[in-house]
Amino acid sequence: MEPGKTKGRNMGNYFKLIALGLITLFAMMAANYARDLAYMVHAWIIMAVSLGLFIWTLRGMGTKTVHPQDEYMDDVVRYGVVATAFWGVVGFLVGVIIAFQLAFPSLNFEWAQGFANFGRLRPLHTSAVIFAFGGNALIATSFYIVQRTSAARLWGGNLAWFVFWGYQLFIVLAATGYLLGGTQSKEYAEPEWHVDLWLTIVWVAYLAVFLGTIIKRKEPHIYVANWFFLSFIVTVAMLHLVNNLTIPVSIWGSKSVIVWAGVQDAMVQWWYGHNAVGFFLTAGFLGMMYYFIPKQAERPVFSYKLSIIHFWALIFLYIWAGPHHLHYTALPDWASTLGMVFSVILWMPSWGGMINGLMTLSGAWDKLRTDPVIRMMVISVGFYGMSTFEGPMMSIRAVNSLSHYTDWTIGHVHSGALGWNGMITFGALYFLTPVLWKRERLYSLSLVSWHFWLATIGIVLYAASMWVTGIMEGLMWREVDANGFLVNSFADTVAAKFPMYVVRGLGGVMFLAGALIMCYNLWMTVRKAPAKEASLSVAVPAE
Amino acid sequence: METYSFLREFADSWMLLFLFTFFLAIVVWVFRPGASKEYRDTASIPFRHEDKPATDKEART
Repeated sequence: MEPGKTKGRNMGNYFKLIALGLITLFAMMAANYARDLAYMVHAWIIMAVSLGLFIWTLRGMGTKTVHPQDEYMDDVVRYGVVATAFWGVVGFLVGVIIAFQLAFPSLNFEWAQGFANFGRLRPLHTSAVIFAFGGNALIATSFYIVQRTSAARLWGGNLAWFVFWGYQLFIVLAATGYLLGGTQSKEYAEPEWHVDLWLTIVWVAYLAVFLGTIIKRKEPHIYVANWFFLSFIVTVAMLHLVNNLTIPVSIWGSKSVIVWAGVQDAMVQWWYGHNAVGFFLTAGFLGMMYYFIPKQAERPVFSYKLSIIHFWALIFLYIWAGPHHLHYTALPDWASTLGMVFSVILWMPSWGGMINGLMTLSGAWDKLRTDPVIRMMVISVGFYGMSTFEGPMMSIRAVNSLSHYTDWTIGHVHSGALGWNGMITFGALYFLTPVLWKRERLYSLSLVSWHFWLATIGIVLYAASMWVTGIMEGLMWREVDANGFLVNSFADTVAAKFPMYVVRGLGGVMFLAGALIMCYNLWMTVRKAPAKEASLSVAVPAE
Repeated sequence: METYSFLREFADSWMLLFLFTFFLAIVVWVFRPGASKEYRDTASIPFRHEDKPATDKEART
């Protein structure tokens, strides 16, 4: 019998078998009636997964998983760490490929047209880094943190496993959908209706596990990191439901139509889009910051009062900032002014949070010299501060008239995503791996330093080249001659951007190389680093 | 009144007032007497129960 299992009848397994059998049957019908390729492939995937689960459940009849309440549920977090590193490399790799596709259009190979050209790969890249890499990082760290700060095992037994594997299935469905053309063409919300429904189920389970653990906590207070995680889970659920209120054309096809049209649709999309940034990429990752920086610095957060004000200010302000994506469009002026004003005010809580993170190191600044992991966390907070200054500035209508539709926006997104989200996640992975695999320390700190510098220089190359090319193309687009005619054609700007595109691609290569070094280092930490004394009684693989 | 106008007027009057007062109340509440001591305790949660959940005896509810 496997460890963690015990004999015992589980009535639920009979219902599981019936449900899985029905799903398999339905997926077979769907594959047969499918009206488009993406839907058909999804039907095949779901059929294979539910059939596999059917057999797996059948073979596991008569056994039950035990959930000892005096132990943390760490195996699901370990899986999450592996998935985060894996999807990170995949997402960065696709990013590098599409960066070079922009610089050298011949990389949009003729034989791969319709599957691996820039238009198909670009959403694959954005979703892979945001939802696969970032999402797995958020799920894994939130499961780790909520257990430690609640002093309780995860609620719901195997439900946490459902969340983990269900989320991976969502990623696979979304990614294959993009390549095969199953997309609703809404930025960061590309998956079609059937994939959206699946994510909704997984997300409700995630909320249940997280909230259940908080409810059964053994501490009187809910630590601030959990507030951020909870707001992230709840708000993403709300955003996802509203932005995906679509009616499928047929239940046998992936195409669906949104219930509102025109500018309303655009506004809802960017209300969703900006709050995906605000709650997925900011609130959730701030939860990481409020736990891992104090842990790595070995001192409590600088000001707990500030962290509470930070939380509520962020929650109240972010939700209004979306309209700044729609300056100079059919959106009414009052709405875009509202978005602009709230974006500028948002600068304050963002910097409050940054100061709180940085000042946590006061009295321990020497650690920056000796500990490359904390260096990584600190630079991530630095990038957070930088991009939350740049963002409000770009949301001002006059600045936006220059920056919008240019590469400046892409540079801004990447200094936030690579710098803030990427670096804090790397720091968290470096913290978690030795703890979760019960190792004395990381395999190599000098490799962490290599990662740090490769990633940092890569981001600087990326952001700097995008500033240059973005402002350049913005100025070229608006340049008029004495008679009021435009001076440059669109193709002129494309040609002028070539050198910067190559530099951007190289920055991406460096960032990817850093991530590969991290994977090697983490792998060797598990394989080679000395085990922690206390756990020597537990079986350790022999070398 | 049509729904749009009603919601718009409500949003930029009573709802705005409610959210703003709620926020101010939080700021005031954070600085209530005795808060510092309590928050010092809360801020050190990450440094307890690192390896194992708290037993019922250790629970501090």
